[in-house]
Amino acid sequence: MNYLLRHLQVFFYTLGQLVRTPFASLMTISVIGITLALPATLYLLVDNIQRVTAGWDGEAQISLFLKKNVAASGARFLQQRLQRMPEVKHVEWIPPEKGLAELRKVSGFSGALKVLDENPLPGVLVVVPKKSYATPDGLKPLLQRLGKFSEVDLAKIDLEWVQRLQAMLQIVRRGVLVLAGLLALAVVLIIGNTIRLAILNRRDEIEITKLIGATNAFVRRPFLYSGFLQGLLGAVMAWLLVTGILVLLDGPIQELTSLYGSRFRVQGLNLATSGLLLLGGGVLGWLGSRLSVGRHLRNIEPQ
Amino acid sequence: MIQFDTVFKRYPGGYDALKNISFHVADEEMVFLTGHSGAGKSTLLKLLTLIERPTRGQLIVNNKNLIRLPGWRVPYLRREIGVVFQDHRLLNDRTVFDNVALPLVVTGLHRRDIGRRVRAALDKVGLLSKENLMPIVLSGGEQQRVGIARAVVNKPNLLLADEPTGNLDEALSDEIIDLFHEFNQHGVTVLVATHDLRHIQRLRKRVLQLQNGELIFDSGVRS
Ligand SMILES: Nc1ncnc2c1ncn2[C@@H]1O[C@H](COP(=O)(O)OP(=O)(O)OP(=O)(O)O)[C@@H](O)[C@H]1O
Ligand SMILES: [Mg+2]
Repeated sequence: MNYLLRHLQVFFYTLGQLVRTPFASLMTISVIGITLALPATLYLLVDNIQRVTAGWDGEAQISLFLKKNVAASGARFLQQRLQRMPEVKHVEWIPPEKGLAELRKVSGFSGALKVLDENPLPGVLVVVPKKSYATPDGLKPLLQRLGKFSEVDLAKIDLEWVQRLQAMLQIVRRGVLVLAGLLALAVVLIIGNTIRLAILNRRDEIEITKLIGATNAFVRRPFLYSGFLQGLLGAVMAWLLVTGILVLLDGPIQELTSLYGSRFRVQGLNLATSGLLLLGGGVLGWLGSRLSVGRHLRNIEPQ
Repeated sequence: MIQFDTVFKRYPGGYDALKNISFHVADEEMVFLTGHSGAGKSTLLKLLTLIERPTRGQLIVNNKNLIRLPGWRVPYLRREIGVVFQDHRLLNDRTVFDNVALPLVVTGLHRRDIGRRVRAALDKVGLLSKENLMPIVLSGGEQQRVGIARAVVNKPNLLLADEPTGNLDEALSDEIIDLFHEFNQHGVTVLVATHDLRHIQRLRKRVLQLQNGELIFDSGVRS
């Protein structure tokens, strides 16, 4: 109990010391905040993109752009033939007029389309393969077979780019992880250096307290708390920065996604990731001061 | 209380600051340690709190064999010994009260006991009214008394002082030495390093004299 009380005392004493030098403290905390905010923001970015695209993953489909000279009846006939193929689950026919109408709905294009006297769009057959064929390996031969029909101008897997994006995101994710590791090291070094300066500044005080019987643990404690607190407050700063960035981006992203007819909300830091950020900041701060204290406090002995 | 037995101290540079020192100080004794500048007085006091380690010989303080005392036990040794320095060594960014409280804070004493004991110590050195001041605004004599209050707040049974009157005029010096004398009469063993022979004449206590690191004179107990 007494032990706990003593730790609490040191905690508040250290907090008081940080408050007493507000400018220096704010500088350190801001640097740590920005350092931690960078990987946190990138993480959220990747996470959100992955969340958005995760739903599209299985819905691979093949679009067959028909030649201009294929009439609607020819297209209908081809649709029925394709429908009977064992790989195919479903085929949809999008006549040129319907394609045009859909394009018109997207604001900004209607003006441009008015200029054209002829519909430039081809008819399209959208082929949705059965689930068992909707793999990269299964899709390739199907794509080739479909492309060989004489009516077909071009066969294209629609969601190829989603898969590419997914693969890219995996790489980016790993990059973010490496970056986060490097920046965590930076935080350790920043705090280590701050604590080193604090130790040198209070050299006399340390000598005197050792002279009158302070243990190393006693001398160490305020510095460890100081490192922990600065890391923690830096993490709080990072949290505020990330949340601020998201608030700023939320409006534009809402607008953008509503254009594509989806109601997508950017997901910020949740309870778990916030907790991880704060804990990470505190632990890194503690680690930084621990390393610094281990190196520099040993050398200070009363003369 | 203190037992030196053929103690040598050689500094890293190779200088022999203490050579073959042997003497014994009994409980509740008061001893002046004297000698020319560079004779080794400060070095001898530093051995007692293990600020410096003896190079050779036996050294026993308060029934502890300092030769074998491991590093982690040193803080606990220092808590049993009150030390007063010539340059006070006060923390200038803390109040008089906080300075005197430091040895108690270090031992983890409870807050309400700290207040009581700090005021008792300040009362003994006559500075009770200045507890909220910063040390810098005090006179040299007052700062030295703060140092003494800090040294005795733990109620140590051994008090060491290295030139405690170095910068003070005669009247103030006498006051400080009288203060040590008073603690001695309450049963505290006192060892004062000084080259001010006046006190030695005045109080007629035991004198140890060092010269070039050797103990050349021991008056023995005189009163
Ligand atoms: N850390 C050290 N390294 C090397 N030599 C030292 C060290 N400390 C003291 N000495 C030498 O040891 C000798 C004794 O020094 P000490 O400080 O014990 O003398 P003193 O009797 O206290 O002198 P003064 O009256 O001037 O304070 C001196 O010659 C000094 O130069
Ligand atoms: Mg000296």
